[in-house]
Amino acid sequence: MATITLDNVHKKFGDTEVIHGVSIEIAEGEFIVIVGPSGCGKSTLLRMVAGLETVTAGEVRIAGARVNETEPMDRDIAMVFQNYALYPHMSVFDNMAYGLKIARVPQPEIRDRVAAAAEMLQLEAFLNRKPRELSGGQRQRVAMGRAIVRKPKAFLFDEPLSNLDAKLRVQMRLEIKDLQKELGITSLYVTHDQVEAMTLADRMIVMNEGVAEQVGRPLDVYSNPGTEFVAGFIGSPATNFLSAEAVGESGRGAAKLGIRPEHARLCKPESGFVRGRMTYAEALGAETLLHLRLPDGALFTLRQDGGGSIPHEGDDCGIIWEERNQLLFLPDGGRL
Amino acid sequence: MDKRVTFRGWLLPAALVLPQLAVTAVFFFYPAGQAVWQSLFIPDPFGLKSQFVGTGNFEFLLNDPFYRASFVTTAVFSSLVTLVSMGVALWLAVLADRLIKSSGTYRTLLIWPYAVAPAVAGVLWLFMFSTRVGLVAWYLGLLGYEWNHVLNGEEAMALVVIASSWGRISYNFLFFLAGLQAIPRSVIEAAAIDGARFWKRFWTIVFPLLSPTTFFLLVVNVVYAFFETFGVIHTITSGGPQQATTILVYKVYADGFVGQDQGSSAAQSVILLVVVGLLTIIQFKYIERKVHY
Ligand SMILES: Nc1ncnc2c1ncn2[C@@H]1O[C@H](COP(=O)(O)OP(=O)(O)OP(=O)(O)O)[C@@H](O)[C@H]1O
Ligand SMILES: [Mg+2]
Repeated sequence: MATITLDNVHKKFGDTEVIHGVSIEIAEGEFIVIVGPSGCGKSTLLRMVAGLETVTAGEVRIAGARVNETEPMDRDIAMVFQNYALYPHMSVFDNMAYGLKIARVPQPEIRDRVAAAAEMLQLEAFLNRKPRELSGGQRQRVAMGRAIVRKPKAFLFDEPLSNLDAKLRVQMRLEIKDLQKELGITSLYVTHDQVEAMTLADRMIVMNEGVAEQVGRPLDVYSNPGTEFVAGFIGSPATNFLSAEAVGESGRGAAKLGIRPEHARLCKPESGFVRGRMTYAEALGAETLLHLRLPDGALFTLRQDGGGSIPHEGDDCGIIWEERNQLLFLPDGGRL
Repeated sequence: MDKRVTFRGWLLPAALVLPQLAVTAVFFFYPAGQAVWQSLFIPDPFGLKSQFVGTGNFEFLLNDPFYRASFVTTAVFSSLVTLVSMGVALWLAVLADRLIKSSGTYRTLLIWPYAVAPAVAGVLWLFMFSTRVGLVAWYLGLLGYEWNHVLNGEEAMALVVIASSWGRISYNFLFFLAGLQAIPRSVIEAAAIDGARFWKRFWTIVFPLLSPTTFFLLVVNVVYAFFETFGVIHTITSGGPQQATTILVYKVYADGFVGQDQGSSAAQSVILLVVVGLLTIIQFKYIERKVHY
């Protein structure tokens, strides 16, 4: 267990800078999720903490000590890779014991620790198998096991669930959360899946093009997005954006207005802030997603309870919301 | 999961394998059959008649101290060639693998020796180590070492081993480099994070994952050392001094074409064939099993 600090960290590959100064203080035992679209630099950031990439500028500190120049093997961290990166020629037992053997942990203790991890992860039956004889979910567990037996200062995860099917992903997500809570080890978790980010994170870092757009608790980020990008990226279905002018909100310099699907309601065409023509509805049972075509051609998504009445296709409707729920953004994407 | 092409009739597949079979038959089975046949006879000194002797040639050979010595020489020679050419190649491949940027240049430079025919390579090395005009021999002389592979059997062995390994290093290097680059980077990174430093990673992760390549090269290099090094031996030492570098394949030539003892030469060919066959079977049976993971 340890704190991790990123202090204005930059990364350049050749002449291209891909991380433009990211800072965060991670408390002991905290679960931090780095979320963002593909190519925004999530893995790069994580790999700098692991010591697999050099830090171009700024400082990475683990437990208060600068580690920029420290080799991965001396950082006392564990990492779970997207493709698991198990040692294909070793049994499950040896995969988990590898790091302990290198650390010269006595044999009996190795056996105990691997056995304990195997029990926690329900891997006891597979200890003698090779990785290729395991299913994807089992391999994922072995990768987890390899990380936890070492009792490292921190866990680093790089999209560990993205190779699993949807059902297993949900199950493993819960298991990871449980494990982390139980072990209380500081964790840094990379994903592009916002559901994973929302459910796992104590705090999350929303990244876009090498910049940390916002750092905060998931619900805070959701209800109070700092930038237009964050408002659009977090939440599904995504936030609707309208031009501020069209709804008469351009007064204080706002360029865009964002409204989440669940915050909008239908009303009579003449009393709405904007007008929309019903295009199609997705009735999901508990809720219904209504998609309306606005006069400027954009689509507007609105979420209502499953019981509500659904307008007919082609009907003209008004859309209304409470003013405290609207999010106003400046032309540069910042929040008003 | 392997993709197999299925043919409907037998005509097309037969036609497709026929050329290979024909080549094998003409250039391998026919001469091999001839060798077996000839090994059962002793021709008279003028080559006019042959006398059937059954296994006589073989019995004589196995009791011949020179022939036994040649066995030992071959074992030493081929072990050294295989070890040196694979060891150096692996070392170079590991170094080149770390340099991703300019590895193309190294690869090109390192592959050149492979294009040099063994006999030519032999002459090159012979010049460099020549007692009278050789550059390397001269430098060794400056260092106080008197190099003379014409008289010293061990030096002669060292020289033919170097000359035979040299061109081979290129070939092995390419395979090792490809093998190294096929190992997923994340596996190496995982080992680094698990605390393993370079050499620890090399022996516990890289080398085991490279074992299919190593095994393949082992078989190929042993066969090379047994047969294809003839040109090197012939140009550099002609098997001397005092037969110190007379490997089996050279003895086949020396006894058959120089000594004109065709029955014995044929018998030696047959033995050589059997030995290499056995070696290959042993390698496949015992080593290949440990190679798969
Ligand atoms: N070794 C490298 N050399 C040059 N550019 C690189 C290298 N690794 C990553 N990049 C670039 O850095 C940027 C960030 O890459 P990174 O792998 O961190 O993205 P990511 O957020 O993890 O994306 P994904 O979700 O697709 O994994 C990308 O534009 C990528 O092209
Ligand atoms: Mg990534």
